[in-house]
Formats: sequence, C-alpha cells, structure tokens
Amino acid sequence: MSTILDGLSLGAIYALIALGYTMVYGIAKMLNFAHGDIIMVGAYAIFVTLASTNLLLALVVSILLCAVTGVVVEKLAYKPLRSASPLAVLITAIGVSYFLQGTAQLIFGSKSQPITLPSLGSIQIGNFQVELRTVITLGVGALLMVGLTLFVKCTRTGRAMLAVSEDKGAAQLMGVNVNRIIMITFAIGSTLAACASFFYLLQIPSVSPTLGAMPGIKAFAAAVIGGIGSIPGAMVGGVLLGLVEKICTSIPVLNPYTTAIEFGLLIVILLVRPIGLLGVRRREKV
Amino acid sequence: MSDIVLETKDLGISFGGLHAVQNLNLKIRKRQLYGLVGPNGAGKTTVFNMLTGVYAPTTGSFYLEGEELTGKKQEIINHKGIARTFQNIRLFNNMSVIRNVMVGLHNQPEFKCNPFTSMFRLPGYYKSEKKMRERAKEILRIFNLEDERNNLSCNLPYGKQRKLEIARALATNPKLLLLDEPAAGMNPHETEDLMNIIRYIRDNFDMTILLIEHDMKFVSGLCDEVTVLNFGTMLAQGTPAEALNDPEVIKAYIGG
Repeated sequence: MSTILDGLSLGAIYALIALGYTMVYGIAKMLNFAHGDIIMVGAYAIFVTLASTNLLLALVVSILLCAVTGVVVEKLAYKPLRSASPLAVLITAIGVSYFLQGTAQLIFGSKSQPITLPSLGSIQIGNFQVELRTVITLGVGALLMVGLTLFVKCTRTGRAMLAVSEDKGAAQLMGVNVNRIIMITFAIGSTLAACASFFYLLQIPSVSPTLGAMPGIKAFAAAVIGGIGSIPGAMVGGVLLGLVEKICTSIPVLNPYTTAIEFGLLIVILLVRPIGLLGVRRREKV
Repeated sequence: MSDIVLETKDLGISFGGLHAVQNLNLKIRKRQLYGLVGPNGAGKTTVFNMLTGVYAPTTGSFYLEGEELTGKKQEIINHKGIARTFQNIRLFNNMSVIRNVMVGLHNQPEFKCNPFTSMFRLPGYYKSEKKMRERAKEILRIFNLEDERNNLSCNLPYGKQRKLEIARALATNPKLLLLDEPAAGMNPHETEDLMNIIRYIRDNFDMTILLIEHDMKFVSGLCDEVTVLNFGTMLAQGTPAEALNDPEVIKAYIGG
C-alpha cells in the first residue's frame, strides 16, 4: 500500500516534468533537453532562498526563477532557430543543458550539498501510516494537472495552444501570435518543473548541478511512453513509470535492475505502439 | 482611391531564378467578388501567400485600404484584415467545429479579457466566453453548420469542411477574404449552395472577396471581375466574359 502511494507520488513528479517536455514538443515541435536542468535551477533557488527566508517565499522565488529561465532560454537559444532543421535545435537544447549545469557548477561547485527542509512527519489514513510529503506531492500534483487540463480546454490561450499544435501556419493566418503562445508554453512548463523540483527535494533532500539529469531523462521517457505531444499521455506515462520504479525497488530481487526495467518498459511500449500509449497518429498532408 | 480595399503595385516574387509571380497589379473595390484564375502552376496560390505574409514579396508592394502591408508578419496582416482559406483544407482537425471558429475569434478586442479575469474565472470571463460562443454560433448558422458544432471537424464531410474553413476565416473579422479554390471537390448542388453563401457574406458583411477557382461556371456566375495569370504574369483582366474569351487566355488553357 505504501509502495503504491510512494509510486504514485514519484509518478506525479515525473508527470509534472513530462508535461513540460510534451507541451513544448506539441507546440514548438522540438525536444527541449534542457528541461531537466530547469528542475536543478528550481532546486538551487529553493536551496539559496531557504537559507534566509521561509519555505513559502522560497517556493515563489523558485517558480518565478524557473519561469523566467525557461522563457529567456526560449528567446535567446530557440527562437532564432524557429525555421532551422530540427537537429540544430536538438543540439542547441543539449548545449543549453550543459550551459545551465556548468553555470550552477561555477556558482555552487560540483559537490552535492544537503538541504534541510522542514520535516513533515506522517499521518494516519485508516490502518496505514502515510508520510505527509507523499500526500502533498500527490494532492498538489493532481491539482496542477487538473488545472492545466482545464486551462488548455477552456481558455482562449489554451485554445490557441491547441490550434498552434495542430497547424502552426494555419493558426498564424487566423491571427494567433505563435511566438507569444510558445513563450507561454515554456513559462507553464518551467513552472511545473519548479513545483516538481520542490517535490523531488522532499524525496531526496540534496542539491547538485546534475540533479536534473536523471529525473529529466526519466520524465522524457515517461512523455514518450504516454505519447509525446499528448498532455494526458504525459500524466499516464509519468504515473506508470513512478509506480514501476517504486514497485521494483521494493522487491529485493528486482531492486538492482530498476532503471533497466524502466527503460526496458519504454522499449517494449515503443515496439508495440510506436506512437506511445495515448499518442495520436498524424496524417502527413501533402 | 476611397473604395479600393486591396491594391497591389507591381507585386512579384522569385524563388532563386524562377519568377513565380511578376508585376501583378490588382485593384479590388469594396464589395467586389474578384476572381483569380489561370492554369495549374500559374502562381495563384503564391499570390495568396504573399498577401497573407507567408512569403515576403521580392518586388512591389500591396495596400489594404491604403495602408501598406508588404512583408508584415502573418498574424499582423490577419489583424489588419486579410483572412484566407487553404487549397488543401487545413482545419484544426481534433477540435470541435465551434472551437475552430472560436480560434478565429481569438484576437478580437471585443472578446479580450485580461489574464487575471480569465485565470480566476471572474464573471467577466464567463460573459466574454459566452459572447464568443454566441458569435461563433451565429457565424456557423450562416453556413448551416450550427447543428454540427460539437462534432470534431475531421468528421465532417468534405463539402462542410470547406464551408467551415470559410467560417473560421470570417470569424477573424476581415476586410478582405481570400478563398483558395472554395468549390474544389464539391458536387454541383454544393457549389450552387456555396455561391449563395458567398453572395450572402458580401451582402451582409460588406465583404470584399478575392477567390481562386478552376470551375469557370462558378467564376463567371459569381465574379464581377477576374484576372487571368499564366506563368506568373497577368494575361488578361476584366469582366469574366471579356477576360475568359481573350484569345491569349484560350491559348494558355488549351495550348497551341
């Protein structure tokens, strides 16, 4: 039971990060490999501000800093390449990733540093003792995902986002400002990554410049498993991957092979369904 | 000058050494139904692409109600008042019919509400959202698509998809509507219906319409004036009867 809950909350973290990957892919048609490092930026923001203020303020600072970083990266690194080949954009994204890691290393050094978060304790649900951090991660994660779904479905900007993801050219000719929509997408993705970084710190309370790499790559796998470009797909993929990870680590025989099993799952799913679980096959129009 | 909606002056574009369109001079007056015809590859769609900002013209300029729009960005041109449909239909397939139209309404000031209002779902948000939905329904009613409004646009039959594209373009509240082969693939009955709709739009929205079409019965039945293009140059200009019977035009179509 507690394994399942742990899995779900880890899954929620992956899902939040995966949403950033999948939204950017859906709308800007690019893989933003620097997205994992946005988590690292968020974690360091919490680390630094927590030293002088309280947790709530630290969270706000972290969210703002991540959103700004996301938007600035998009403006400086990706926007000039809007009409370049996808490979050039991909390489640029990897470059941005190393740039962010390198900057963090310059400022904070390469050692991982422990961070002290207020301990949250645990609560009793029925017969089970559940850690509060799990409940918070699950609750807030679910809330954010519902909020995002509503935003995309019911607001003007959300509708414009869907239109851009379906046909950028046609949307532009219908008066949608595509650059603005892409900027908003990066801001939302980075905000979700900032939230994810806080939940991640609750699980593993230490910061290092490469902190974002592993959750980043796993969330990317989650986005692909769910069908990249699909918002519900990223949620399903993230939760699935989180569950598999926690179940594997709880079984002693499988524990050493956890990561292998996760990525094995990715390969198997792509073999059976190359577009991912909830992906949509797109007809290429001539 | 006063009632000229679109004017192009020596508009042209070359791709490398290929002169796709050269020295195009059009003057389209308010409420005119203007036809752009010519054999395949004559450069008709290229003209549309220049007028909507997809391509930047290499020579010449064009003006919407006297304001120069040459080389402006696509969404800017759309806001200034030129909207279009596509030769191969480009609807937002996985969105419902009414949402397609609402994307077209997206940027109009009367439906704007500030991010704060929409984020916290204040009453103003619902009011403007409702207003937008009503407006979208009104537009769909013109095209007899109101009953289909909650279907996905990819599930509509072909003729209705064409009509929905026009509805979406009309929703952006243009001064000039560009229709790229609106009757392509329609049966005679649907074509007749479409002609009536186009006239209705002109009469009720004071719309000026420039259209590309291969169906000559459609063009001569509907348009007040046509320009014939061949290999990117103007071959003839005038009323459909004059232009389509021009010996040069007949030669271009039949060869010889």
